[in-house]
Amino acid sequence: MSRTITPPQSEFKDQVGAIALPKSTPLSDFIQETLALTRRLFIQLQRRPSTLAAGIIQPLMWLVLFGALFQNAPQGLFGDSASYGQFLGAGIIVFTAFGGALNAGLPVMFDREFGFLNRLLVAPLASRFSIVMASAIFITTLSLIQTAAIVVMSAFLGSGLPNALGLALVGLIVLMLVLAVTALSLGLAFALPGHIELIAVIFVTNLPLLFASTALVPLSFMPKWLQVVATLNPLSYAIEPIRYVYLHSDWNLGSVVVQAPWGAVTMGTSLLILLGFNVVAFLAIQPLLKRTLA
Amino acid sequence: MAPAVLIEQLQKRYGAIEAVKDVSLQVESGEIFGLLGPNGAGKTTTLRCLCTLTEPDSGRIEVSGVSAIEHPRLARQHLGYVAQEVALDKVLTGRELLELQAALYHLPRQTIKPRIVEILTLLGLDEWADKKSGTYSGGLKKRLDLAAGLLHQPDVLILDEPTVGLDIESRVAVWNFLRELRSQGTTVLITSHYLEEVDALADRVAIIDRGIVIAAGTPSELKDQVGGDRVTLRIREFSPVEEAEQAKVLLEALPLVQEVIINRAQGNSLNLVVAPQSEALITIQNALQQAGLPTFGIAQARPSLDDVYLNATGRTLLDAEIAAAGSRDLKAEKKQNMR
Ligand SMILES: Nc1ncnc2c1ncn2[C@@H]1O[C@H](COP(=O)(O)OP(=O)(O)OP(=O)(O)O)[C@@H](O)[C@H]1O
Ligand SMILES: [Mg+2]
Repeated sequence: MSRTITPPQSEFKDQVGAIALPKSTPLSDFIQETLALTRRLFIQLQRRPSTLAAGIIQPLMWLVLFGALFQNAPQGLFGDSASYGQFLGAGIIVFTAFGGALNAGLPVMFDREFGFLNRLLVAPLASRFSIVMASAIFITTLSLIQTAAIVVMSAFLGSGLPNALGLALVGLIVLMLVLAVTALSLGLAFALPGHIELIAVIFVTNLPLLFASTALVPLSFMPKWLQVVATLNPLSYAIEPIRYVYLHSDWNLGSVVVQAPWGAVTMGTSLLILLGFNVVAFLAIQPLLKRTLA
Repeated sequence: MAPAVLIEQLQKRYGAIEAVKDVSLQVESGEIFGLLGPNGAGKTTTLRCLCTLTEPDSGRIEVSGVSAIEHPRLARQHLGYVAQEVALDKVLTGRELLELQAALYHLPRQTIKPRIVEILTLLGLDEWADKKSGTYSGGLKKRLDLAAGLLHQPDVLILDEPTVGLDIESRVAVWNFLRELRSQGTTVLITSHYLEEVDALADRVAIIDRGIVIAAGTPSELKDQVGGDRVTLRIREFSPVEEAEQAKVLLEALPLVQEVIINRAQGNSLNLVVAPQSEALITIQNALQQAGLPTFGIAQARPSLDDVYLNATGRTLLDAEIAAAGSRDLKAEKKQNMR
């Protein structure tokens, strides 16, 4: 602090009194704080664009490199898909969104560790749920951008495009998956002792969940036990519907998207399962959030 | 009118450690209140409970008459808190941080911009407003943190060791700034382990030690309670022990001398407690002269807050700090305090 500090002027309070101000309500307060917290996350992204660049380049490399892996596999091996690349697209979309959402807790964890979260917790927030909300808005936006990049890229690689309604469905599915996983990740960010532990959890969940899903190969390739695991994995219920709308422009909620060991799963059932996943995730983190965010 | 801050029989333990055993204090509206104590005394824990960051085990906390335990959100509206450790987002500029802060406190949108300009000027941060806070010096960061705590013009400003790590000039600037705030009606509660700081700044003080308030009042009340002025006497620059012992016996016989201690660390100088406001210096010098002893240096002073602390605990603040430094697990605490 230098000697240039001058005494405070007390004009501000008078000024506030003089202007007729619109009344704030709990809802407008909530919106104000949520937007401000979201803005912070986007400023961070803008000043560190490498994370966004990596988040877009990585899935595209997956698509190109992994797609080439089974280039010469016999036609029809991957169900109705014309090529492995076409088959893989849905898996990459879901895996990318999943990975992004899984990391959602990290910035919150760092805020906890640096004490920045205290700044939010001593403020009279309308609801501390705004902290969760801001992360969710940020991560879903990011995931939708990544999804768009993958969709465009796979179209270039010859996988075609779903129709407008199909694209909307892809967006909806990504949104549902991201929300649930973001919630779980934020819950962990409040429950675990530090970022090392959180990164460890992310590490041991990410790839195993990918391999135990239908992202890379169809169910029919797997042994029975893995089929059971894969059909218990919520990722499969995001992947299969997306894959289906890529191949069938005439999809509806009754379309059978995958044959699970226990029977046929329709588009509608998949969406319900994703919805259920959200409900479970949000219920699971309630007690964790309450402890810190009461 | 309800006091700005009322804390009654606050208790908080972390496992086996009783961070706060029994803290009661009352901060009146419009005063600067100092919470003084050595490292680990429980100052930060008390403030964290007050700011609703930590839930106390028991006790009452009120901010302007609002219970911080039952109505934390209402209490938060009255408070501005500047934590002991500066926590900024280094990617944000100063202005952006303040904009975030303004939204968290729901300042009316049209007042935000001018208010931020005002507070930036106030703390001499204008030039730095649009630079990332990661590029700030330690002092600048501290100022920005202070600006964030003041932005919404809280009734009660709570500062945990606001001047730690600042040079003397900056420290005095903060003091003046806080005095200025007080003159405009803001209540200020600060913690410190600098005696001079609390002595110079605070209207009233509570001294806290190992989780207990051991003394409270205005600085001069506290010093008066200790009684007796302090005299430091050097017979020579370095006196032999025998000579110091001889002088001690001699001086203890004087009616106005209450106590004599030989300070071996300071070249066997003598620390005396004498009757308050007495003409002790002349009497002592005469007595020494009659015994054929010289006087190298002698000074009389009123007791300091350190003497208050010494009187209550049997050790000096410095000793307490050194003892505390060895017995804390800082890393574990940091983890715990994360939320
Ligand atoms: N989260 C925690 N977990 C365990 N012990 C803690 C925790 N926070 C504080 N303590 C302990 O409680 C006591 C009081 O700590 P506190 O931080 O309140 O002291 P302080 O007076 O602020 O000290 P300083 O001057 O060093 O800031 C200390 O013994 C400390 O070790
Ligand atoms: Mg402290």
